[in-house]
Amino acid sequence: MKRIGVFVCHCGTNIAGTIDVPRVIEEIAKFPEVVYAVDYKYMCSDPGQQLIRDHIAADGLDAVIVAACSPAMHETTFRRAAESAGLNPYQAEIANIREQSSWVHQQEQEAATNKAIETIRTIVAKAHYNESLIPFHLPLVKRGLVIGGGIAGLQAALDIAQAGYPVVLVEKADQLGGRMAELSGLYLNLDSSADPLGKKIEAVKSHPNIQVLTGSEVVGVGGYVGNFSVQVDKSPADEGPVSGEAQSSAVKRSPPAPSFSPQRFTFDVGAIVIATGYDLYDKRKLGEYGGGRYPDVIDGLQFEAMLRPDGPTGGRIVRPSDGRVPKEIVWVQCAGSRDPELHMPHCSKVCCMYVAKQATLFKQRVPDGQATVFYIDIRSQGKGYEEFVQRAMEEYDVLYVRGKASKVFQENGRATVWGVDTLTGLPIEVEADLVVLATATVPRAGAMELGQRLHVSVDEHGFFSEAHPKLRPVESLTAGVFLAGAAQFPKDIPETVAQASGAAAKVLGLFSQRQMVQEPTIAFVDAEICSGCGLCIPSCPYDARSMHEWRHIATVNTALCQGCGACTMICPNKACKLRNLAPIQVLSMMEAYL
Amino acid sequence: MSQQSIVPEEGFLERVSALSHQNISACYFCLRCSAGCPSAFAMDFSPAQVLRFVQLGHKDALLRSSAIWLCIGCETCGSRCPNQIHAGAVMDALRQICIADRVPPGEPKVFRLHQSFLDSIKWWGRLHELSMLVEYKLLSRDLIADLDMGAKMFLVGKIHPLPKRIRGVKEVERLYSKQGAR
Repeated sequence: MKRIGVFVCHCGTNIAGTIDVPRVIEEIAKFPEVVYAVDYKYMCSDPGQQLIRDHIAADGLDAVIVAACSPAMHETTFRRAAESAGLNPYQAEIANIREQSSWVHQQEQEAATNKAIETIRTIVAKAHYNESLIPFHLPLVKRGLVIGGGIAGLQAALDIAQAGYPVVLVEKADQLGGRMAELSGLYLNLDSSADPLGKKIEAVKSHPNIQVLTGSEVVGVGGYVGNFSVQVDKSPADEGPVSGEAQSSAVKRSPPAPSFSPQRFTFDVGAIVIATGYDLYDKRKLGEYGGGRYPDVIDGLQFEAMLRPDGPTGGRIVRPSDGRVPKEIVWVQCAGSRDPELHMPHCSKVCCMYVAKQATLFKQRVPDGQATVFYIDIRSQGKGYEEFVQRAMEEYDVLYVRGKASKVFQENGRATVWGVDTLTGLPIEVEADLVVLATATVPRAGAMELGQRLHVSVDEHGFFSEAHPKLRPVESLTAGVFLAGAAQFPKDIPETVAQASGAAAKVLGLFSQRQMVQEPTIAFVDAEICSGCGLCIPSCPYDARSMHEWRHIATVNTALCQGCGACTMICPNKACKLRNLAPIQVLSMMEAYL
Repeated sequence: MSQQSIVPEEGFLERVSALSHQNISACYFCLRCSAGCPSAFAMDFSPAQVLRFVQLGHKDALLRSSAIWLCIGCETCGSRCPNQIHAGAVMDALRQICIADRVPPGEPKVFRLHQSFLDSIKWWGRLHELSMLVEYKLLSRDLIADLDMGAKMFLVGKIHPLPKRIRGVKEVERLYSKQGAR
């Protein structure tokens, strides 16, 4: 026999306005094992919690039931309260009589009261069997892996390394820098991107905590938060990893491989930051603009390359067809973006700003040139961004034509862009020496495959999915894997850097724990009953199930299990059980209700 | 409204901007000017569209338009513009270009009224309503309109039969010749 205390919350009038609380108290006091029952206006308030603590001590309670709101709201609150009074926190239960009773049955007060009584009765039956549980403590490898050596990856790696933890930075290309290295002057001040980026790269390369692997790819990931095991293949053209202090302990070199096959490294890491960046939508898919057909129709990054002093043209803006300096350039925004029917549905976010920047730089270098921009809307959301675009219009006389260009065709070496100026409602045609398509920003090729390897979800286009669109924007849905930069969604440099630092902060938060703590209310296998049928293994959505190495029974990986209960449903002989939600508890709850 | 496509004329924006002293490129088409314009109901293009045509270099349609002549210069647009553009000044500049380029005005009567007004000032140094109206009616060949109002004004002494020339009429003439020399 347990000594159970029941605490019924009024939640102001949320519960007490519908449910007859005195009658509830009167009824539940009659339940066997219930030695104390009381109501209070707000159980979650300090005096409410104190009431619980006082009675745990005074009445020697060994289980507590709070009849109140959803456990999603305050389960943790009341478990902490119970714990602080010396009770095992898993002996505290919630009976949800607000969302499941008073709120949904406001018109039927009598029935709502009865339902509340029955709900509490079932939880009393469950509490009878509740065990005192202790959270699991799991080891934690305090080393980070950053995938992608662009500005997002560089920033994340630096922030983690600065805090004193070793980082492995894996970059697919032969050099660090990513897309930022392909850019020229940056908005808003038109500074060269090479200087700030060069500083970051240098800081990363020289940091003793950072181990850089260029020309490398993550080919396999196993394990779970705090204990990932990562395989990285490094192409043979390169030398070994750039050495750092982290190397000696981190790297287990495979036996010498033949020179033509990649070298494989294995790392144990505790957290992963995905910073794989973006590609531009293939301009050849934009046939109406002559993408890929006309040499003088190029994309935004090709134009950036011409602006760069170290680019293929030595910083000169020229037509690819004949090397002449173009006098008239037309930019076409939303080329492949905001087109759910034919191309990509999303707004690529950076194009409005970089087109204004490119047009400004063009006018600075060719002052008598004409810059025309076809756009649907101008989205200049950022500090100083609107002013920057306005400056392009006012000071550099960039002509903005509101309307999506419909067609580009080329005759005698000159392009003509057709569109409609929607501000006047008239068709317009603009002649151009060069047409720049601000093509959509899409995930890097291979993002989908990487997502599969890491068990991290991506959306239908390959952008990595964040755990919550508003409140958890830097976490993936997979514990221990974080997101930074355009791999998650198009974003510009300041936003990328902010997200990268956010992801690093999340990694550091994880690393600041001494050990990983895992809720104990997860599945376990009763080895006496398990027949080793293996049905639970494919049923687990978290890959937490496997067969024991030599005993013919199923096992649970406590770090991966989320306690969803899928395995307990599929297990034919009920060898799989959730702690504190065992079959006997479910059955006795049903019995109490019927 | 003409439906032909716009083929931008180079240099037009610069010419109008210089003549009107307005930064027409700054317009981002919030349409406040057009919303508040008391004459917009009669115009073929709204003030914002006029600014747009200037930006686009759509010169021919603009110079033939009625809008540039129907603006009464009340400055409601300019006082409300978030980008400090005085559309009235732009209208004036466009009228000047219209005359300089010998484009037939889109509203001939308004043009005649302006002409008669300026002639009256030139001759007398000040406005003389009767002679101005006579000139206007001859130029516009619209002899009967508003005669009853004219008669009433004459009866209450608002229209003087004889003009009075001011003393400094020579200086006024000089102003005109300076304008003509430009």
